[in-house]
Amino acid sequence: MTSLTLVRRIKARPQVVFNAVTTAEGIAQWWGPDAGPVLVAEADARIGGFYRLRFRTLRGTEHESSGEFLEIDPPKRVVMSWRWKGGLEDPGESRIEITLRATPDGTDLTFTHSQLNDEESRRSHEQGWAGSLRKLEACLAKIEALQD
Amino acid sequence: MLSHMVNYQMRLDRTFTALVDPTRRAILAQLERRDGASISELAKPFTIRLPAVMKHLDVLADAGLVTRSKSGRTVTVRLRPQPMREAIEWLQRYERFWSSRLDRLAAYAERKEAEARTKGRR
Repeated sequence: MTSLTLVRRIKARPQVVFNAVTTAEGIAQWWGPDAGPVLVAEADARIGGFYRLRFRTLRGTEHESSGEFLEIDPPKRVVMSWRWKGGLEDPGESRIEITLRATPDGTDLTFTHSQLNDEESRRSHEQGWAGSLRKLEACLAKIEALQD
Repeated sequence: MLSHMVNYQMRLDRTFTALVDPTRRAILAQLERRDGASISELAKPFTIRLPAVMKHLDVLADAGLVTRSKSGRTVTVRLRPQPMREAIEWLQRYERFWSSRLDRLAAYAERKEAEARTKGRR
């Protein structure tokens, strides 16, 4: 387990889902932690373009997500870097990959949150938690393997 | 509240640090298989010397992952899994975090799709 993968079956065409994950208007609708107000929503959906979203939660705390679009293949795939500011920890930079597959009913979405390459992970480890996360995941897998 | 959070972070830090080392993970795995072991029993599978094993046990005890109790001349080491559970829960936060967002993404996309269809029929 070196990454987190989640799957959703959505009753909407891939293009609609793709717009929801690559436009500022779309991201602002679901990216926030709760129904609190969106303070900033920017997204420049092309390779090397940046996005930034700032929210105020219903409890009054502010959170910011930002990153860069690393790969874009509409309406099938988008890869972006992700950084989260808010709460008490900055987990460092990691990688989000979303792939969309057309189905007769709509779209199968696969979401993967993983760490960046080793250099990035090492750097983010120095800054915070991401490296530890990766190491713990790896060692828990080993502990499980030892139990077998 | 803040000091509680700082303690929590420090505990997680110690747990991660303790778990990063392969010898310490192997010690934990040994302890997982039995209810308590002496230090010499624990040292047996390793090529390292007893003092090195003792140092590893210090790190594990600092992280709260093992307890040591002395009876006569024998020290018995036992696994204490609570910090590991806390670390796993910390990892699972990511899953909860994204899971709720993807549910909202799906709901939003389905709403947009329905809107587009209504407009299309007009």
